[in-house]
Amino acid sequence: MKKLSSADNSTQSTSTLPIKSGAEIIVATLIEQGVETMFGYPGGVALPLFDKLYDAPINFIIPRHEQGGCHMADGYARASGKTGVVLTTSGPGACNLVTGLATAMMDSVPLVALTAQVRTDLIGNDAFQEADTTGITRPITKHNMIIKDIKDLQRSIREAFYIASTGRPGPVLIDIPVDIEVAKYQMQPLGEINLPGYKPQEKGHHRQIKMAAEMINKSERPVLYAGGGVITDNASEELREFAKKANLPVTMTLLGLGCFDQRQPHSLDMLGMHGTAYANFAVQECDLMIAVGARFDDRVTGKLKTFAPNAKFIHIDIDPSSISKNINVNIPVVGSAKYTLGELTKEVEYKERKAWFDKIADWKKRYPLRYDAKSTNIKPQYVIEQICEATKSEAIIVTGVGQHQMWTAQFYKHIKPRHFLTSGGLGTMGYGLPAAIGAQIAMPGATVIDIDGDSSFNMTMNELCTAVQYELPIKVCIINNGYMGMVRQWQQLFYGKRYSKSSLRNPEFAAVAQAFGAVGITVEKKSEVKSAIAKMLAEKRPCLVDFKVEREENVWPMVATGKSLHEMDGLDIFDSMA
Amino acid sequence: MKHIISTLVQNKPGVLAHVAGMFAARAFNIDSLAVGRTDDPGLSRMTIVVIGDDKVVEQVRKQLAKIIDVVKIQDFSGKEVIARDLMLMNVCTPPEKRAEVLALVEMFKAKVVDIGQKFVMVEFSASEDKIESFIDACRPYGIKNMVRTGTVAMARLSQATGGEE
Repeated sequence: MKKLSSADNSTQSTSTLPIKSGAEIIVATLIEQGVETMFGYPGGVALPLFDKLYDAPINFIIPRHEQGGCHMADGYARASGKTGVVLTTSGPGACNLVTGLATAMMDSVPLVALTAQVRTDLIGNDAFQEADTTGITRPITKHNMIIKDIKDLQRSIREAFYIASTGRPGPVLIDIPVDIEVAKYQMQPLGEINLPGYKPQEKGHHRQIKMAAEMINKSERPVLYAGGGVITDNASEELREFAKKANLPVTMTLLGLGCFDQRQPHSLDMLGMHGTAYANFAVQECDLMIAVGARFDDRVTGKLKTFAPNAKFIHIDIDPSSISKNINVNIPVVGSAKYTLGELTKEVEYKERKAWFDKIADWKKRYPLRYDAKSTNIKPQYVIEQICEATKSEAIIVTGVGQHQMWTAQFYKHIKPRHFLTSGGLGTMGYGLPAAIGAQIAMPGATVIDIDGDSSFNMTMNELCTAVQYELPIKVCIINNGYMGMVRQWQQLFYGKRYSKSSLRNPEFAAVAQAFGAVGITVEKKSEVKSAIAKMLAEKRPCLVDFKVEREENVWPMVATGKSLHEMDGLDIFDSMA
Repeated sequence: MKHIISTLVQNKPGVLAHVAGMFAARAFNIDSLAVGRTDDPGLSRMTIVVIGDDKVVEQVRKQLAKIIDVVKIQDFSGKEVIARDLMLMNVCTPPEKRAEVLALVEMFKAKVVDIGQKFVMVEFSASEDKIESFIDACRPYGIKNMVRTGTVAMARLSQATGGEE
């Protein structure tokens, strides 16, 4: 149980608290929960609530589509660490949240979604704009509920914020029928949250931690494998201290990027399907893998049977169901990354491991990430390197999904947590622009850049209007190859270059941006890349740069589906570029 | 292998759908599922029989625990439990066979709850094995129709605290 207020409310007389409408209770409870900004789109049965938001002290952002609103709340949450809030009407409004909720669920992002619902007495009658919102969203939320009694309203909202933000975070949806919005009930004092079926275990078991430390101290060839859980739990500092004290090389998942400074020699960068050769070789040859806030996803492990064949495994995770799901673990530690890493650091000893670090250094020298830097065409990797250089790795980078996402993971040097926002688990094309808007609203002073693919951008580009309306200085860099690049790459490699339905005719993105009221720049020559980036960074308005890049560039290295991590394609291509 | 998992859940709408949906979404195999009230009006008990190896059952337990409205989970694998199914069955009883069927009912300690001209309805509560044997024994006479609950189970009191989470 969690005490939500320091005052002892049990003695407070409830009779002093005012009677309010459901809509007023919702607004008051959102404010009580610290909500300063929310995202949402009005509609029929949500109107009583929108009426109370008319003069509420909450910064309200209206997207152009509810999916955009949900990704905005997601970007807001990932950039700030706060819980994102999104509000829609019933039926289509609620249905449009589905992709956003599933995205947040897969990547453990704290969200509270409020959806209006038709009148309680109409539920089940196929009423206008009725959908079974809790039924539809049950598998893609951490928890959801429908409020059928005004008495449950305020407590449920408080529980939603608690569930969304604690343990392994995730989206929580509350469905609120319109008659509940207008019903009257007395405000309730803040009390203890009482959820007998929900008790996240923050503190890792001491004996397990001690056993883990002993195993680490004995290891000759360890690898620390850090995932998004480290960032979610704000444990990057603890991770750095731990890696430093125990002297461990660190590899990160896509969502873990930023938790360990990639400029440090101990960084192996990203592992997995498009990870670095040195990370993947190190994983395959290590004798101990220490997983923190990561879940051995299939894009990380490749062929499971031959994944890290010589390794023992320590797995630290707040979610017990992530442990021993894909990989059988020697020492499981259920606990938060922050607490467990802190305790583990006390127990571990420094060990030099010269032979292991020499081997890693040799792999790094032989197989760095490469591309044909001498090409006169605009290489996508070159554009990303230039963005990284111009922003000194300090920008908040958001992406869509596909080749550009992998190149951004590889060629932007990530140094800070909550500065790389990407849809890793669900792989949601169209995430980039709205999430960038959410991140910019959360971090008004930051440089926020959506590095997007042309096809990903096409999916949600209407949100450029939102950026213009709220005068957000976001930047959009389109890595425009005129293809669904990753689909095309797979078709080239595995389907005999039959580029089936993977190329669309794009609009002139710069002209589209201008029509929306943003700045639009087109770059067709390599010599213009640097100056365009400089111009974009100086721009105060939303600014889009359309980089017409080499069309059939591939992401290397690549572990094909069903292959082991060390069986990477593309390493010989690196040699030819050396 | 069959495992009996007993879970206490909050008595709220949607919980059954959530549990059943989770089993489907994660491709777990349910053999039977029985839901009923408990002595606490706020709680229901679901007894779930799952088919799978230990690894699968461990995931089932963990995924159940993740559902907010699931309060407590007991895995009865390897525990001393009393497990019962309830069955109602209409057995064909032409006059010349009626005595034989009634003798079977007597032998199995089942109960006749309704008698018609051509059928008797038998109520039988027993372990799954015994019910299967009874069905086999009745088959030659002709089974008109039957209905079974899923398994419900309880640990013997001396072991009731084992396996709880």
